[in-house]
Amino acid sequence: MARKQPVVRTLFVTVLAWIVGLIMFFPIFWTAVAALKTESDAYTLPLNWLSTPWTLENFGIVQDRSNYALYIRNTVVIAFLSTILGLCFAVPAAWSMAFAPVKEPSISWSGKRWLATIFLTAFVVGLGLYALNWDLTNRAALGLGALIITTVPLTLWVFSRNTTDALLWMLSTKMMPPAGALIPIYLIFTRNGLVFKDWGWIDLTEWNLMDSFWGMVPLMMLLNLPIIIWMLFTYFKEIPDEILEASRMDGASLWNEITKILLPMAVPGIVSTCLLNLILAWNEAFWSLNLTNRYAAPLSFMISEYSSPEGQFWAKLSAASLMAIVPILIIGWFSQRQLVRGLTFGAVK
Amino acid sequence: MNRLKTSILGAFAFAAMAGTALAEDVTLTIATVNNGDMIRMQKLTDDFSSLNPGIKLNWVTLEENDLRQKVTKDITTKGGQYDVLTIGMYETPIWGAKGWLVELKGLDDPQDILPAVSGGLSANGKLYAAPFYGESSFVMYRKDLMEKAGLKMSDAPTWDEIIAAAAKMTDRANGVNGICLRGKAGWGENMAFIGSMANSFGARWFDEQWKPQFDTQEWKDTLNTYLKVMKDYGPQGASGNGFSENLALFQSGKCGMWADATAAASFVIDPKASKVADQVGFTIAPDKGLGKRANWLWAWALAVPAGSKKVDAAQKFIGWATSKHYAELVASKEGWANVPPGTRTSLYANPEYAKVPFAKMTLNSMNAADPAHPTVKPVPYVGVQFASIPEFAGIGTKVGELFSAALAGQISADDALKQAQSYTTAEMTKAGYIK
Repeated sequence: MARKQPVVRTLFVTVLAWIVGLIMFFPIFWTAVAALKTESDAYTLPLNWLSTPWTLENFGIVQDRSNYALYIRNTVVIAFLSTILGLCFAVPAAWSMAFAPVKEPSISWSGKRWLATIFLTAFVVGLGLYALNWDLTNRAALGLGALIITTVPLTLWVFSRNTTDALLWMLSTKMMPPAGALIPIYLIFTRNGLVFKDWGWIDLTEWNLMDSFWGMVPLMMLLNLPIIIWMLFTYFKEIPDEILEASRMDGASLWNEITKILLPMAVPGIVSTCLLNLILAWNEAFWSLNLTNRYAAPLSFMISEYSSPEGQFWAKLSAASLMAIVPILIIGWFSQRQLVRGLTFGAVK
Repeated sequence: MNRLKTSILGAFAFAAMAGTALAEDVTLTIATVNNGDMIRMQKLTDDFSSLNPGIKLNWVTLEENDLRQKVTKDITTKGGQYDVLTIGMYETPIWGAKGWLVELKGLDDPQDILPAVSGGLSANGKLYAAPFYGESSFVMYRKDLMEKAGLKMSDAPTWDEIIAAAAKMTDRANGVNGICLRGKAGWGENMAFIGSMANSFGARWFDEQWKPQFDTQEWKDTLNTYLKVMKDYGPQGASGNGFSENLALFQSGKCGMWADATAAASFVIDPKASKVADQVGFTIAPDKGLGKRANWLWAWALAVPAGSKKVDAAQKFIGWATSKHYAELVASKEGWANVPPGTRTSLYANPEYAKVPFAKMTLNSMNAADPAHPTVKPVPYVGVQFASIPEFAGIGTKVGELFSAALAGQISADDALKQAQSYTTAEMTKAGYIK
């Protein structure tokens, strides 16, 4: 039987919820109104937004100045491809973590083992550099060697941890501020001429990750991968192991177990994961602004074209923002039931 | 399997051939700011393409701060993403001296460029960027309000006259502020104004030994005057006002005077946007009788980064964009008032251009600024409202934050100056200027 709530309390909670909701909605409302005003009126908002004339000219200016179709195509390609690519990695990862977790660390690290790993790596690196005819007194060679010698044992250590540690470690990668990794990633994107060489029959030195889907799609996928894995892991955990066991007893292969049993059962979870990832990739601005220019520039880049320290731009900026968020808003609106269902999936057992 | 291999190899061969075929056309990537003049140029590039059929243009338009970040990252890592950069007077001498820019040659009549501008875009006597548009700052005022107050604006006002006019025009009951000035923190925001104002008060950023000068009487006078004027006659919440906010205030009739960029002139006399379009007068920035006026000097210029592989085509483009021919092209399509101002002497000699209401005052203001001798006493740096050293952007922004906080009433003027002095001294010591 439902508990009876006093009317006053219900009223209070409802009014409070509406107030909070309206405050949260206000910036979007303001953007929408400013987009429909002239520049000078936008600056005097919201004092006189009812008394000034409405106009659609800002949308015309944005359409005229920016190639909206190009930006939206780029956003769709990056958001959708990164989501699909992310699922390809996240489903197997989440499956193994949910149904075949590593309970104990697979290597017990003692001091001796640490030393042995470091020495072995150093030996192999030295041998490799010698075989490649690198000058071992060169600072670059020493730097690269030192990097490998520290990375390999640490990676081994990370990968030998149990599942819970691995999950936490994965999440911790999201805690680093992106600006901290900007310069190395920027260099990888611009300097890949170092990796892609002129091989005689085909010249890949000009093949640049900067401002290309080859760079942006994997990057966006990697950015959101921890979240996808975490979400899928929680959904998969809710599916009883016994069902999968039964399928195994009936002779289902691993492929069939995942595609025919697990995935159909986890559809709500997968859909909401995809939607969340789509929204995150759609709205991402930091990396897009830094690593794209034109060919692979998404909508967030388009918005940044409209702010200016000298001149009025609020109305045009608002129009560009609205044009950028409307598609994802519509997708979110239509799939909101799916999204809520997925997010609360397994909340009540 | 063999068929698959053949088709993959075929595809690669085709791609390689297509690449070679395309290579005959040069595509220039141009990084630029999103101000009105630059956007107009993008619309007029058909003219360039018809003159240079082999060169295609690829525009990357960005907000000023984003542009500065991206271009700096690209040039310091030798990324080579851009063939033409839009940079300002602050970066050009620093980058030119470091060898990051290509010396410009083949410009249309380089002697015609305003000397103050070409001086600010050179390093070691070489021109590293060609000015596309230049600006100074001046005072825009409401003729009707001046008349109502029984005053007449002088052609060469002093600070005392400006402050007296501001006092008389202020009518807060009717929402009219005597004067609107920048308050938003940033080296290109409030410090552009306060830095120029300080020059007219005889203050300087550094002495000849690079020692910061915020502990001098000149700076004290500058900041106290600025704060008092803003408190008594300025708009509310001025510490958040930059160019755009003040423009909106002036256009809606809420400012008696506004001292800001000469580029604002075309906005305030535009009857579509401005309620006071037919009432605006212009006069040169005020002085304190010390021989220097409170006007800045800035130019957006086009440069070629040393990493570009298409230097010849890039120089050709810059030659076109900064030529007299381009000025005539803009005039024929959009009228003389829209020609990029502040770069060439010949533009101001043109009788058609002289009809533009703010033309004469812009030229006078630009000529009144001298980047090599910005203030009364000698200085070791170049630049009117900035010092052309890499450390300045950080220092200018920090000092701007302190002055903005003083304007908001969070700290006192003395505290702001004291903190500015100790911060700048620490930074300059760290950078090795102060031994």
